[in-house]
Parts: sequence; C-alpha cells; structure tokens
Amino acid sequence: MDNILAFGAASAQAARVDAVFLMILVIGVFFFFLTQGLLIYFAVKYRRRVPDRDNETPRITGNPVLEFIWILIPSIVVVIIFYYGWRVYSDLRVPHGGESEVYVNARQWMYEIKYPDGRTAINEIRVPAGKPVKFILSASDVIHGFYLPDFRVKMDAIPGRTTTLWVQPDRPGEYQIYCTVYCGTGHSNMLARLIVMPPNAYAAWAAHGEEEAGEGREHESLAARGERVVKTAGCLNCHAIEGKVKIGPNFRGLYGSNVPLEGGKSVTADEDYLRESIEDPGAKIVKGSPNVMPTFKSSLSKGDIDAVVAYLKTL
Amino acid sequence: MAEESGNGRGYLAERGWRSWAYTMDHKRIGVMYLYTTIAFFLIGGVFALLLRLELLSPQARYFSDHAYNVFFTLHGAMMIFLFIIPAIPSGLGNFLIPLHIGARDVAFPRINLASYWVFVAGFLVVIASLVSPMDTGWTFYTPYSAKTGAAVATLSFGIFLIGMSSILTGLNFIVTIHKLRAPGMTWHRLPLFIWGMYATSIIQVVATPVVGVTFLLLAMERLLGVGFFDPAKGGDPVLFQHFFWFYSHPVVYVMILPAMGIISEVIPVFSRKPIFGYKAIAYSSLAIAFLGFLVWGHHMFTSGMSPAANAFFSFLTFFVAVPTAVKVFNWIATLYKGSITFESPMLYALTFIFLFAVGGLTGPFLGALATNVQLHDTYFVVAHFHYTMMGGTVMGFFAGLHYWFPKMTGKMLNEKVARIAWALIFVGFNVTFFTMFIVGVRGMPRRYAEYLPKFHVENVISTIGSVILAVGIAVMVLNFIRGLRKGPPAPGNPWRALSLEWQTPSPPDTGNFHEIPVVTDWPYSFGKAKGPAA
Repeated sequence: MDNILAFGAASAQAARVDAVFLMILVIGVFFFFLTQGLLIYFAVKYRRRVPDRDNETPRITGNPVLEFIWILIPSIVVVIIFYYGWRVYSDLRVPHGGESEVYVNARQWMYEIKYPDGRTAINEIRVPAGKPVKFILSASDVIHGFYLPDFRVKMDAIPGRTTTLWVQPDRPGEYQIYCTVYCGTGHSNMLARLIVMPPNAYAAWAAHGEEEAGEGREHESLAARGERVVKTAGCLNCHAIEGKVKIGPNFRGLYGSNVPLEGGKSVTADEDYLRESIEDPGAKIVKGSPNVMPTFKSSLSKGDIDAVVAYLKTL
Repeated sequence: MAEESGNGRGYLAERGWRSWAYTMDHKRIGVMYLYTTIAFFLIGGVFALLLRLELLSPQARYFSDHAYNVFFTLHGAMMIFLFIIPAIPSGLGNFLIPLHIGARDVAFPRINLASYWVFVAGFLVVIASLVSPMDTGWTFYTPYSAKTGAAVATLSFGIFLIGMSSILTGLNFIVTIHKLRAPGMTWHRLPLFIWGMYATSIIQVVATPVVGVTFLLLAMERLLGVGFFDPAKGGDPVLFQHFFWFYSHPVVYVMILPAMGIISEVIPVFSRKPIFGYKAIAYSSLAIAFLGFLVWGHHMFTSGMSPAANAFFSFLTFFVAVPTAVKVFNWIATLYKGSITFESPMLYALTFIFLFAVGGLTGPFLGALATNVQLHDTYFVVAHFHYTMMGGTVMGFFAGLHYWFPKMTGKMLNEKVARIAWALIFVGFNVTFFTMFIVGVRGMPRRYAEYLPKFHVENVISTIGSVILAVGIAVMVLNFIRGLRKGPPAPGNPWRALSLEWQTPSPPDTGNFHEIPVVTDWPYSFGKAKGPAA
C-alpha cells in the first residue's frame, strides 16, 4: 500500500485512510465526468445554429422517473461513503490496548513532551517501531493541533481538557508534526518531529538517554553544547538567529546589547540577564514582544542553561 | 405584456446624494448594497493578493508572520461578512424581489433603508477595529480570541451590527414574498431566485441571532471577565465552536442558495427551454436550508467530540449532498435539446456548475470521518471552500451582475470584453485553487505564514494563478465602469426573458409597474407553447 497517493503512508492504518480517499476520489471523478461531460456535450450539441429556432425547443418541464432515480442514486452513494469513512475512523480512534503512552502538552509555540518514566523533551518524540503509541494531549494556553500527516491523523490539544490520539508506527523514520489550529503569531513555526526508531535502538536510547547519540560529546565545547540545546529545545520556533524577528528577540548580537524593556527601562544583556530570561522569562519583558515564553528551569538542566548562555555569547 | 414606456432614466432620474441616502426605493437600496459589497470584495481581494505574495517564499520575506495573520483574518472577515453574505441577498435580492413578484416595493421600505444604514454602521465599526487589527482568523476561535491583544470586542460588535442588518433584511423579504405577490403569482409560479431568497431569509432570521449572542458573550468575557469560553476563567473553548458553527454553517447556504437561484434564472433563458424539475429545485432549496441547521458539527471532528457525535454529524452532512446534486442534474437536463447561446451571463452560469461540481464533489472527502481527520485544517479545505464559495457563489453573483446589468443601469455591457474577463477569471481561478487541493493532500496546514520548502512549487503556481484571476476581475470591473458611462442604451428585455422584471423598461421606474401585473403563467414557458406564453 506504499505510496498509494504518491506521498507515502507511514502505517497500515494510514493506508486504510488512503483507501477511503481513493474510493471517494473514484466516485467523485466518475460523477464529475458524467455531469460535466453531459454539460459540455449538451452545450456543444444544442448550441443555437439557426437564429429563430427559439420556439421549436421542446417544452420539457420534468420527468418524475428520472428525478426519482437521481435522488435515489446519490442517496445510496453517500450512505456508502459515510459507512466506510465511519468504519475506518472508528478503528483509528479506539486503541486496541497495549499502547505505550507519551504526554504532549502544546503551548505557544512548542510541544512539551513527557514520557511516563520521567524523561522529557521538546518538539521531539521518540517511539519504537511496531508498538502502538498513545499521545495524551493537553494545552497550556490556547487550542493547538497535533497533526501527523504521514499517519493521516490529527487531534486538537485543548486547554482544560485531555484528548488522545494513537498510532501504530510500523516503519522507522522521521515524521513531521504540525500545529493545525491557528494559535497566534508563531503558529506556522510550531513544528515537531516524531522519530520512530528500530526497537533495539530505542531501548538503548531509553536506557542511556542522550548518550546514545552523543558520540564524541565528552570533548564537546560548552558553546557547541549550547548550540545543540538551542536547536533541540524549541528556542528557534520563536527566536531567529538573525534576519526577520519572529516572536522574541533575535540571538545574533544579543549578548552585551542594550535591551529596551516594557515600561521604558532597559537592561544590558549580560550573562545573568540571559540566564534569568531562560529560567524566569516573565521577569523582564522585552519591548514589543509578547509575554508568552515558558520557563525552562525544569526542562533544561543547569549545565544546559549555562551552555546556551555560552553559545549566545558567541553570536 | 407590452413594454411600458419610461422617462429613460427610470428610478435613477433623481440626482444628488440625498436622493440616495434617504431613498426607500428597494432598487436604490439594492444598488447601494451592491456598490458597498463590491468595494469590500475588491479590498478583500487585495488582502488575498498580499497573502499570495508572501507565500511566494517559504520563509517570511515581505511581511512579518503577525502581519500575514492579520491579512488572512481581514481577507476572511471582509469576504464573508462584508461581501459574500450581503452581496446577493441584500444587493441583487433587494433589487429583484419586488420586481420578480410584481410588487411596488418590499413590505417595509423604512426597515429596508434602516438595514442598509445599520450595515454601514457595522462596517464603520469593523474599520475602527483596525487600530489594533485582528489576528484571530475570521473564526475567532477561543481562547485565543479571548487572550489576544487585538480589538476583538470592537470587531465582533461591528459584525453584530452587520448581523442585525442581515436579520432585518431577511424578515423584510419573508413578509414581502408572503404578502406582496401580484395577483396570479402563486407559489409555484415564483421565479426560482425567489425560492432561493426565501430559504436564505429564513436562515438569516433563525441563525444570525445565535452568532450575535455568541459575540456578545465573547465581548463580555473580554471586557467584564465573565468566563464563558476561556478555561482559565472556568469556560469551555469548544462551546464557542458549537455556537459559532451553529450560525456559520447554515450561513454558507445564505451564500450559496441565492446564487443557485440566479443559475436557475439564467440557464432557461439562454437555453430557450423551461427549467427542468421546477418543484425539485424549489423544494431542494428549503431542504438544504433545513439540513444546514443539523450539520455544524462537521467543522469540529477533531475538536474532541465523542466518536458517536462525530458519526451522527457525518451521516447528516452527507444528506446535504442529495438536494444539491438534484439541482445540478436539473440544470444540466435543462440544456438538453435547448437552443443555447453563450452570452456572458450564461458563461458564468455554466462556470458555476463546473466549478461548483468540483467544490461539491470534494465535499465527501471532508464529510467522511476517516478522510476528514486527515484533511481538516489543511489547504484541501481552503481549496474546497473556495471552489464552492468563489467558484460557486461568486460566479453566480457575476452571472447575475452581467444578466441584470442592463436592467439595473439601462446600459448594455461590452460583450467581447466581458468574455475576455471571464476567460481570465476561469483560468486564474483554477490555477490558484486546484493546486491547493494537491498541497493540502500533501499535508500543508492552512493559516501558515511560513511553510516547509517541499510545498514551494505549488505555492508559486498558486500565486501566479491569483495574478491571472486578479487581472480578470480588474478587466470585468473596468468593463462595468465603461458600460455605466458609455454603454449603449439597453432595451427593456435584451435577453427575451419571461420573468416580470424584464417586462418593465430598463431601468425600471420608481414604483416598478404602472399597473400591478396579473400573472397567468410561470416565468419559464419557453419553447413550443401549448398555451400562451406570459
């Protein structure tokens, strides 16, 4: 069922959605060519050739049998489409049991990931291939979407509620996650990845954490580590390195600069200001930026925060 | 019926702004609505072009993400609330309903004028909200709209006023159609445009108060801190979606039913044949209006409703397809053995059927639950509703404008230029929006200021299409302006139609008819007559 629509289904479930898509497509194309073919055929065949033939057109005002048939046929067709859409959807919604769980909290403009064993991550979910996984979705501020196009599913993450979504990731690989419910300025940057790993690689990663992928990390400089954290912790969803300002201040040249604050004061961006802005972002609000950044005090280690500050100093 | 003699300028004879601002003539009020709504159509179109410009590049290049978000909000809000909802009902509907049913005016001319000025007050308030422009999308989803710094309360008050104007117009039309039909104008002799307008008016009166109340609640939440929709205040954000779509789904039929009415008028006249299945078309409008109230949940299949509720809404949604398909079959059957000509109104009417078929047949992808969950909030939805709303309603509106231009202005349009504009619009529209189906199936979410590079090609093609479309619309508008200034005088009945408005001079006099006509036949008695044609 691979590439049934030339854009790749990542699971058997997705292929079933594609089959529904294909069925509706075939029906739709058939009725399109039937109706528009007749439209064009009649328009050409019965175009006016003799100017005053007007009163020779037959006075046909209807045909009860024909009209009954074309009420009946669409009624049957739509019931069939409804039925298959609903059947596949029901199977997609109701988990079969035995899923591992991943908690996903969406906020402006990032996804905070928590695993049941206490591991946390930002904008990156790792799961083993072949085992069903259930995402338990919540939101901190406004409604967000959690869309996995390769799996053909999405679910809204709603503040004050818990919603769930499960998939059966069959094939290892990296899959895109999008926010699909408009959630403000950073909506289109609210991206994440689902990384489906071979089971043994996943087991190694789960047991050893970051070290699994961290070959040569023992010689990593502090700034290099900071760069890695900035890229994986979602900082770049809202901060550009340089160029057009996204949500918060750009990083290039930030260190040592004079930052204007809401309320007219200003502050010099030294090490302590940078650290405070990561741990307690609401303490000093940069003029013109919304106060939406969450604290990273718990999601980044002390060492990571020091590394980020060291990295920012190099920009 | 013989053509009545006029003074040459008919209802347009009186000049000066007072003759317009204080007029109670339904034709003048209709024309004021048309000018206003077309102006907002053009402004909304400029916002669309700005969106397409930004989407030429995957990264933010010309505008900030916030500016892009403001642009799509204004594009949507203007097109929906200031153009497509009022344009056909309040514009063409006002002009045509009394003429079609053989009345001198609507039932309540003063309320009619009031509704126009309430509409003006509404759009002035909407414009005032631009001091802190909206960035919520035209759907105002809470709790974002409860939290954002934009002028949500101001804009929603403006739309509240516009909704009030819509209710007044709908009420006026219902009473007019019930009480002011000419002698002999039985329900089954009504032009099908009137049936479309009748169904539309019912929706306007029943559904609009719900959105009015919803916006009041939203304003109370923002201004007084009462928690209705914001969970931080103890509210429920999904409740807002239920309220919003309880209005906003039926209202898509406010947009499409009058356009379908126009198509039902144009097709028989240019085929010289009676409309096929009159009663089926008439009653299917009422069926669509009724079913339209039961399907709002299909906008919310991923909002955490129970699978059972989703199944219920999905099932009902599919039944809107049946009366809609019946109309399309009937229009095509009307062409059979006709004597068809292709003046610009007919070109737009056939384009309506063609593009609306694409829009209609892509509906089941979104009505079926499995594929909805995949395609919801992607560009597939954007393509689908532009095919129904622009390919459908707007093409129907253009058909109506070209069809009734001689009647409204007393001038003929340049047919050749009208056809050039039509060709550009047809090509530009399909290039712009068909690519959106493809990019949507590939997974691109809507309302994205920036997008992944893999969607670049489709977006560039779409932007090129939007430029062709814009040029087509510009040519059409220039043709209207030229027609108004220099067009040759129009005869009373240039299309040789049978409905009552064409039996008056072009433009009609104030009061429409010297004597109220007595109706003896329906307006579609074309072809080999068994009895005398009207």
